[in-house]
Amino acid sequence: MALSKEDVEHVAHLARLGLGPAEVEQMREEISEILDHFRILQDLDTAEVPPTTQAVTLLSVDRDDEPGESLPASAVLFNAPEEEDGFFRVRAVLG
Amino acid sequence: MTSRGLWDLTIHEAHALLASRQVSSMELTEAVLRRIEAVEPAVGAFVTLTPDLAREQALAADRRLAAGEASPLTGVPGLIKDVICTRGVRTTCSSRMLEEFVPPYDATVVERLREAGLVMLGKANMDEFAMGSSTENSAFHPTRNPWDTQRVPGGSSGGSAAGVAAGEAIWALGSDTGGSIRQPAAFCGIVGLKPTYGLVSRYGLVAFASSLDQIGPMTRDVEDCALVLDAIAGYDPRDSTSIPLPRRGYAQDLEGGVKGLRIGVPREYLVEGIDPEVQRVVEAAAGVCAEMGAILDWDVSLPTTSYALAVYYILAPSEASANLARYDGVKYGYSATEPGGMWEAMMATRQEGFGPEVKRRIMLGTYALSAGYYDAYYLKAQKVRTLIRRDFEQAFATYDLLLTPTTPTVPFRLGEKMADPFQMYLSDVCTIPVNIAGLPALALPAGLVEGLPVGVQLIGKPLSEDLLLRAGHAFQQATSWHTLRPAAGPLSP
Repeated sequence: MALSKEDVEHVAHLARLGLGPAEVEQMREEISEILDHFRILQDLDTAEVPPTTQAVTLLSVDRDDEPGESLPASAVLFNAPEEEDGFFRVRAVLG
Repeated sequence: MTSRGLWDLTIHEAHALLASRQVSSMELTEAVLRRIEAVEPAVGAFVTLTPDLAREQALAADRRLAAGEASPLTGVPGLIKDVICTRGVRTTCSSRMLEEFVPPYDATVVERLREAGLVMLGKANMDEFAMGSSTENSAFHPTRNPWDTQRVPGGSSGGSAAGVAAGEAIWALGSDTGGSIRQPAAFCGIVGLKPTYGLVSRYGLVAFASSLDQIGPMTRDVEDCALVLDAIAGYDPRDSTSIPLPRRGYAQDLEGGVKGLRIGVPREYLVEGIDPEVQRVVEAAAGVCAEMGAILDWDVSLPTTSYALAVYYILAPSEASANLARYDGVKYGYSATEPGGMWEAMMATRQEGFGPEVKRRIMLGTYALSAGYYDAYYLKAQKVRTLIRRDFEQAFATYDLLLTPTTPTVPFRLGEKMADPFQMYLSDVCTIPVNIAGLPALALPAGLVEGLPVGVQLIGKPLSEDLLLRAGHAFQQATSWHTLRPAAGPLSP
């Protein structure tokens, strides 16, 4: 399955992953080759087979709606690249 | 006591000396720290060394030991793979993305180990974000195999495996998503266990593939493996995939042998591409089990085995693409400094913070999940996953355990498999099906080929760790592969 340069750029955009032109080409080659190895799955008839989403079948795991301890804000902000007045400072989202 | 040095003890040997106060945790820890100084330049097992913390913890352990309040791990120095969060201690996943990240909380396994009297020597090197089979994908430095420093220790828990094998830690924790505990254990001649999915809490384990990841012990022998499992296993309400069963002990149930156990050897694991010398080791190991009274059956087939690699390399990258979306330079981790708005900054952060293998898997996974391709790739892989599970379920209706190689080859050379990603992926063919089915599996040292360690793998049905450990223990009473140590150069005992 050969990917085009546009396919790679589209997927990189979905993943918000910057790729330089050389990286795009290398990725295009490598991923196309790896996808080829996946073709063997078409050998198997899975029309009537349910998907497995998890190895252990636990359903509707929830906890009581009780407030508990949270991390203090200072601990949460400790690793912040940019912090201001107890907020995470972010880049402009619009424009 | 071995003449090789305190750093060469097992947990159970160390505990006996500590409990009888013949040796203090401080002495033991200092001995291991000196060993680290001597061999770490050649091995490179550590990302972060924490000698002061270790000494502090050793002192606290000695107080507990003096008060008679110790458990088997108390005061016995260990190493934690750098994918597991340790409060106040840098946790990097061997990635530039988290190079300066200091977690504000402990993983559940670390909390439990602290309660047991943890002495932590540091954080172990790994393939970046647990993606790899050689530890060559670490953003910082490769780790070298103590048995031959031109060769890889395996991955992604290569630092943990090499550290234990080189005497730089008495035990370690690793994590396993497609073989990342078992393959490096085999390459370094130590024991590694991937528990049943859901047995060990993933709270505080930096997520790679959430339906496949498990934390597990990496130790010098099976008894030690059981002791570490005792400390970390069991229900955790903070992990919604944690199996709600009461905690139990494994270390007290190791005797019992393998007499009468039905052990199947699935033929698909002895495939083309396997080193004939590795096959010979597996056959010899099977012979040992048969001599001990197990019933071996070589006419076993798991026909979906050859599809497991494709299933894994769709599912794991897909889950990784979702799990690694959080690394956006906003709340923690690397943040690009180039000018630009939110999205440009985010793309630059991820371009600069991630290494090539991580990017490759994010791209693969994003593609497999994207509109138009989801059914053909991700959904298809999940359906084949069901078929793989059924194959194992069918096998376990007849057999108590399955015996396979752990890896198809001996440890390969540094750089040997870096040119073609798929060649690297092939080193996990024997381990991957186990994660797909959520089963427990134990890697045991079973021989040497040209002086390099080779392991066998025992696979059990869900929650059969007791049987795996019992069989492994019996194997280690009949053999001495697990007592061998690297013989060459600065690493000679």
